[in-house]
Amino acid sequence: MKLSDIISSATSNMFRSKVRTGLTILAIFIGAFTITLTVGISSGVTTYLDKQVSNVGAKNVLIIRRKVEVNMSNVLKKYEPDQKSNSAQAALLSAMLNDSDVAKIKTQSDLSNFYAVSAVSPSYISGTNGDKYQVATQPFIDGSQFELITGKLVSGKDAQSEILLPSVMVSGLGFSSNDDAIGKTVEFGIKTPAGVMKTVSAVITGVQQESLITQGGVFVNIPLQTKLLAIQYEGAPVEIAHRYIGVTAEFDSALSKDEVKTIKNSLADKGYLANTVEDQIGIIKQIIDAITYVLIFFGCIALLAASIGIVNTLFMSVQERTKEIGLMKAMGMSRIKVFLLFSVEAMMLGFWGSLLGALAAIGVGRIANNIASDTFLKDLPGFALTDFPVLYVAAIIFVVMLIAFLAGTLPSRRAANQDPIEALRYE
Amino acid sequence: MNSVVGVKSLNKIYGKNDSAFAALKDINIDIKHGESVAIVGKSGSGKSTLMHLLALLDSPTDGEIIINGKKSSKLSRREKDILRNKQFGFVFQQFFLNANNTVLDNVILPLKIAGIGRRERNARGLQALNDVELGSKANNKANNLSGGEKQRVVIARALINNPSIIFADEPTGNLDSVTGEKIEEILFSLNKNKNITLIIVTHDHELAGRCGRQIRMKDGMIVEGEK
Ligand SMILES: Nc1ncnc2c1ncn2[C@@H]1O[C@H](COP(=O)(O)OP(=O)(O)OP(=O)(O)O)[C@@H](O)[C@H]1O
Ligand SMILES: [Mg+2]
Repeated sequence: MKLSDIISSATSNMFRSKVRTGLTILAIFIGAFTITLTVGISSGVTTYLDKQVSNVGAKNVLIIRRKVEVNMSNVLKKYEPDQKSNSAQAALLSAMLNDSDVAKIKTQSDLSNFYAVSAVSPSYISGTNGDKYQVATQPFIDGSQFELITGKLVSGKDAQSEILLPSVMVSGLGFSSNDDAIGKTVEFGIKTPAGVMKTVSAVITGVQQESLITQGGVFVNIPLQTKLLAIQYEGAPVEIAHRYIGVTAEFDSALSKDEVKTIKNSLADKGYLANTVEDQIGIIKQIIDAITYVLIFFGCIALLAASIGIVNTLFMSVQERTKEIGLMKAMGMSRIKVFLLFSVEAMMLGFWGSLLGALAAIGVGRIANNIASDTFLKDLPGFALTDFPVLYVAAIIFVVMLIAFLAGTLPSRRAANQDPIEALRYE
Repeated sequence: MNSVVGVKSLNKIYGKNDSAFAALKDINIDIKHGESVAIVGKSGSGKSTLMHLLALLDSPTDGEIIINGKKSSKLSRREKDILRNKQFGFVFQQFFLNANNTVLDNVILPLKIAGIGRRERNARGLQALNDVELGSKANNKANNLSGGEKQRVVIARALINNPSIIFADEPTGNLDSVTGEKIEEILFSLNKNKNITLIIVTHDHELAGRCGRQIRMKDGMIVEGEK
């Protein structure tokens, strides 16, 4: 028997008992649907995170902070009037770095371009229309790469004050479009320790897309950061002015992962925690992965139950077709072909179940994408909640067919080993 | 004339130990090419068992079956499959048609198993159906035919691979005398015109009488008809 005949025979046989076939396919469908949707979400999120990392691009930048032992008993403590400083605040303050920390970090070999990052909190930002908005700023570290919607990155050390504006702020500040904002001036208001409001102006060089890393903040270049700091700590004692949330430093991008690890370990020994942007995102990734594994595990259990359904369906089919099998064997059909006839039927069940399950998952994923991008993911443009690479979907269908084939081997073997005489005597 | 099927001191024992039952005892037969042979005998005498062994559907407990001069014990499973597929035609007493398939699909089954393409096998299937005057029923469901029509379909199926031997177990057993006559007509014209060897198991004296030779069986032994 030719393969094409085996396939068409198996197909027509599959549809002979529609209800039974339908239920078996439904069971496979559920498993394949779960797995495909899970893989789709996981792939969507992972792709997004990877894009974020490559967006930031500063792959060779380490962010160094003080290693803080989180002690839950510190978090909530009774207020005691005699105590000079409250310990929760003390813990926060002690997490900051001071000049001697920075000096220590700077001795670390294999690192260069150290920059101690201070927290700057301007009171407002205002644009052409004069409306004032609350604002969070982050210093722009040289070498960082952002995907800009328009314009160019801010320039480094000895330039004028420049910023990258997140696109959400464009219209609020009174610009008609992203392009319109480029080259325009904004004003920051920031208070001195004495409570006097002072202003600093800066030029918009680029408009950037919101992302997990930018988090809606305005990126300011180092000259602007320096000016803002000067006002924020005007006349303040050095102990207060020279407090840093962290130090950024570059390493040679040619270094291997292990070599970077050595640097991190060396810093860890000194009491500092060093991470790349990738590391920080890696934590989110791990959580996503864990959820993915759990869901895939459930999907596999569904598939396991479905494969028992396949075994059952095919045993019934073999039973019903005893005479037909006997006849075909009497007429010279080989054992292997009889085996194939039923294995192909099993694989067809797997194929249709997984194909329909995958298509349904893709459909649901698309709908979810649309809903998500209109609602809770509105502020994260470029983020597709689900993503179904063809290769993954093909792999899922292939694996389900393989499982179906394995499940089908038992009944198929029974069919192949059937004695034609007994089948012909069978009433 | 050369012999096409022969058996030498053939024994078939069903079951083991206490329940062992000797269905065939020391059978010797030699059937020549183009012969028509009737196997007759009482119910339970071992006729079907013998036919199944001759057709290589079963293996003997003891003894040899020789097909076209070759010992069956020396044939591989594959060689036996090919022999049954290409050289043998089968007519079974209970029809063994696939009820849900069309008449044509039933008839072409041996060709499908042989791996012959759709176009050729359908053409040959129609030809074979015309030979048994059932060409007009080709696309009917096999289930919807009368008993006589079903038996003719079975014969068309047995003919389709141009076999050199036809094994028929009670080909007229279920049919009225007129229809039975028609079936006999077809079988004997094949024997005469195409020189196909006929091996027919039957209770029907008239049918047995038309065969060139009768092998009479009793309790698993041949009592008459083999020199
Ligand atoms: N698988 C088996 N196990 C045990 N005994 C069997 C088996 N098959 C056949 N027999 C016995 O072998 C004997 C011969 O059976 P067989 O079918 O060859 O008879 P038959 O001559 O064809 O009879 P009938 O004319 O009724 O068809 C019978 O007694 C039967 O019960
Ligand atoms: Mg019989």
